[in-house]
Amino acid sequence: MKSEKRVIPIKLERLSSLAPAQRTTVLEVCVRMKAMPGALLPILHGVQDALGFVPKDAVPLIAQELNLSRAEVHGVVTFYHWFREDKPGRQVVHLCRAEACQAVGATELEAHAKRTLGVDFHGTTADGALTLEPVYCLGNCALGPSLMIGEQLRGRVTPRRFDELMQQARASQARSPA
Amino acid sequence: MSAIKLYVPCDASALAVGADETAQAIAAQAQARGIDIQLVRNGSRGMLWLEPLVEVETAQGRVAYGPVQVEDVAGLFDAGFTRGAEHRLGHGLTAAMPYLKNQQRLTFARVGITDPLSLDDYLAHGGYQGLANALLMEQAAIVQCVTDSGLRGRGGAAFPAGIKWRTVLGAQAEQKYIVCNADEGDSGTFSDRMVMEGDPFVLIEGMTIAGLATGATRGYIYLRCEYPHAHRALNAAIATAYANNYLGENLRDSGRRFDLEVRLGAGAYICGEETSLLESLEGKRGQVRFKPPLPALQGLFGKPTVINNVITLASVPIILARGAEHYKNFGMGRSRGTLPIQLAGNIKLGGLVELAFGATLRELLYDYGGGSLSGRPIRAVQVGGPLGAYLPESQFDTKLDYEAFVEIKGMLGHGGIVVFDDSVDMAAQARYAMEFCAIESCGKCTPCRIGSTRGVEVIDRLIAGEQPVKQEAVLRDLCETLTYGSLCALGGLTPYPVLSALNHFPQDFTKSPHAVAAA
Ligand SMILES: Cc1cc2nc3c(=O)[nH]c(=O)nc-3n(C[C@H](O)[C@H](O)[C@H](O)COP(=O)(O)O)c2cc1C
Ligand code: SF4
Ligand code: FES
Repeated sequence: MKSEKRVIPIKLERLSSLAPAQRTTVLEVCVRMKAMPGALLPILHGVQDALGFVPKDAVPLIAQELNLSRAEVHGVVTFYHWFREDKPGRQVVHLCRAEACQAVGATELEAHAKRTLGVDFHGTTADGALTLEPVYCLGNCALGPSLMIGEQLRGRVTPRRFDELMQQARASQARSPA
Repeated sequence: MSAIKLYVPCDASALAVGADETAQAIAAQAQARGIDIQLVRNGSRGMLWLEPLVEVETAQGRVAYGPVQVEDVAGLFDAGFTRGAEHRLGHGLTAAMPYLKNQQRLTFARVGITDPLSLDDYLAHGGYQGLANALLMEQAAIVQCVTDSGLRGRGGAAFPAGIKWRTVLGAQAEQKYIVCNADEGDSGTFSDRMVMEGDPFVLIEGMTIAGLATGATRGYIYLRCEYPHAHRALNAAIATAYANNYLGENLRDSGRRFDLEVRLGAGAYICGEETSLLESLEGKRGQVRFKPPLPALQGLFGKPTVINNVITLASVPIILARGAEHYKNFGMGRSRGTLPIQLAGNIKLGGLVELAFGATLRELLYDYGGGSLSGRPIRAVQVGGPLGAYLPESQFDTKLDYEAFVEIKGMLGHGGIVVFDDSVDMAAQARYAMEFCAIESCGKCTPCRIGSTRGVEVIDRLIAGEQPVKQEAVLRDLCETLTYGSLCALGGLTPYPVLSALNHFPQDFTKSPHAVAAA
């Protein structure tokens, strides 16, 4: 857990200190979706799809657009494992930790992944290429161990195959920088 | 000569082992050789260990080859597989393969056979006959048909679908909803995913019928966000259904309306629990609601709501098409119809097997599954997801039937069977079950929120051999508190995997002799 020093703000907090481009994106998503019943989750997905994460500073803006309190929006962002508040690497690797994958070597694969990427879960590699996230089942339980790179599902992932996949991911990032 | 029809699945599991690459290689080879082919991206037949499974249409029927990797493609062309010729990867006629031949496919009748996004294919294979019949029936008669079929919820709790529908039909409200639970969070399950990717129209049809039957005009599919392929398939099929007057205002010129959209979850297991799911759909934290009120009376946005699992709803069209009697004639006891069973984990022939209720676990593990993938003895299986019991070999003759599983203190759940060989450490599995409960708890009740974390610590001490007798007593006590002090089945059933592991495999919990000596 991060330990944040709490200080009493002397200056009045601005509504949002988002970078202008991010602010535009968040507003665009809100405007497009806020009329939907139960719009908050679709909006958070929309923001994360566009920015890769839900910046903390986006919370007051979303709250204002939806007429909710910041605490409500913050509560929702933090309740769901899928939403992240920190900028991820260029691609996110979701590694399955659930039982069917455990039965075919997911625990060993997890150790290998953490060691070779040099990160723990939720961490991003030093070169900023990959963020490792745990996931509890990808629906590929007959062909585990499973992982997903971006939206690409991969099965029967041995440690060796893992290395290949990570290498390919980095190579494709080099070819088409985001 | 007309084009040769070839099939390469677009199912996510097939893609996970290279189906796209195989399809591309086939297209490239065909072009290079000047062979005219039509490549169809079908759903999966469910023989997942053979994916990518390529099929060729011949005068005798479809011939199967698999698993076909890119490097096998040129050889297959050389051998003349486009005429159905023999090859070392060949399996003969797909429909005659032992894994498929004896299955009883009702809900999965079209999966793997048709192009999932082709409405024409769907109609040509019996699709929308259920809706056509339903449109001619009184609402109460549709509900009665579902009740008479004996269909029970396939999401886990096995509640009779018709009774739930009747409650919603009887409720007076301006707006009612049909919600499809497509959260499929249980490890070892993928039947919802396979239907949504392999035959999305059947789910749309089932939900439309549910809407007509109960007077609900709006439906939501709550889909887990870990399923991007299913998301795309559903959205495409829904758009096609709208474009062809199968959804929306005045559908099929009936004067009736049904609107449908997909909403994504966000990686919380608890959102598979129906009231938590409704909270989530409303845009809130997925905290479990107290019941009553029942969702059938006060569900989504406080309105009467049918909430059913994907397989439950996808089984409705065939019931309406062929009649309640036809469906009910499959099965045993109070478990009527068929169950799409998923063989997962350490299993040689993993995949989807749809059978009438009543087959034994042993038949599935050995006759269908072919034993473990590793070739070592199967030591334990977990049925019914992360809250299901671990069963030892002595219970493999249990029949797949809701009541039979309750009798052995297990649950059939969503029909997933996860296989472990003899290298499994059951204490580690028990620990994981507690850890999972701690990670996924919605936080509403103390035993679940705090007790699960405490459970992990107790198991750690037990394995380390610190006062094992005392720790075991504490663990059992804790499980009792979870069982009786939890609002929902996440906390309430976590003791199943934990205690079944402890009771059936006690030796795994006492294997640190030096730690004991040191204590
Ligand atoms: C912790 C928990 C998780 C659940 N997850 C799912 C799920 O992923 N999919 C599902 O259909 N039902 C799930 N259920 C069962 C639902 O609460 C509910 O019984 C089901 O959606 C009703 O539909 P059915 O009657 O068609 O099964 C879960 C229940 C609990 C307690
Ligand atoms: S048992 Fe756990 S998940 Fe269920 S309501 Fe209580 S705290 Fe929430
Ligand atoms: S358990 Fe890993 S994909 Fe289902």
